[in-house]
Amino acid sequence: MIGRFEDVIIQTICRLLVPPIQLFALYVIAHGHHSPGGGFQGGCILAASFILLVIAFDLRETKRRMSEKVNIVFCSLGVIIYSGIGLLCILLGSNFLDYGVLHKILPVDPANARSLGILGIEIGVGIAVMAVMVSIFFNIASGGEHEEAEELRE
Amino acid sequence: MKFFAFIVVLITGALLMYATVDMPDWGDSDSPANTHVSPRYLEKTIEETATPNAVTSVLGDYRSYDTLGETTVIFTAGVVCMLLLRRSK
Repeated sequence: MIGRFEDVIIQTICRLLVPPIQLFALYVIAHGHHSPGGGFQGGCILAASFILLVIAFDLRETKRRMSEKVNIVFCSLGVIIYSGIGLLCILLGSNFLDYGVLHKILPVDPANARSLGILGIEIGVGIAVMAVMVSIFFNIASGGEHEEAEELRE
Repeated sequence: MKFFAFIVVLITGALLMYATVDMPDWGDSDSPANTHVSPRYLEKTIEETATPNAVTSVLGDYRSYDTLGETTVIFTAGVVCMLLLRRSK
């Protein structure tokens, strides 16, 4: 799983599959208001696309697209977006996570401001879930030794 | 000792089975869970949050503090996994 595994069929299929998977994940996150879905589910699908890349190519190839540092930043960014929206509500003069008050800075009425607030936190949840899933998979698949395991195989 | 543990498990299981008799029927519209706040959420979700999916509006708005906790749990799990497994040279 760590070392490179050459197979034209698998690699081509995965190269074709990953963009639709990621597009569907973004759809699941953004469409959580109208259909089953939301941040947790969409984040998991988004992480699955990166796990598919690791299985079809190798860890180094995937880390060129999603490096460890970026991953750690995304981990925290999701939670920061969530609590940031909550703090924004306090700054605008209401309770923590009371999105109705966001209509002061958004050009919509309070009900739709709540809807947009929910969308904002779903995006935060999606980013956090995606980054955590990918980081756990990277660490478990390579036994925590990202670089050394690759050198051993080559 | 094993036999004693088996007896304790058996008694606890029997008590739990006995307690289920008092549970409301499956899908009972008069049960406390369906009469207290659920109807209010279902009736007001469009008016208050403009979100047709009541699950999302409860998860993301009415119970958003709980969801913040869930996200923090996932974040903590990821950080702990990284701390325990990652070995950098």
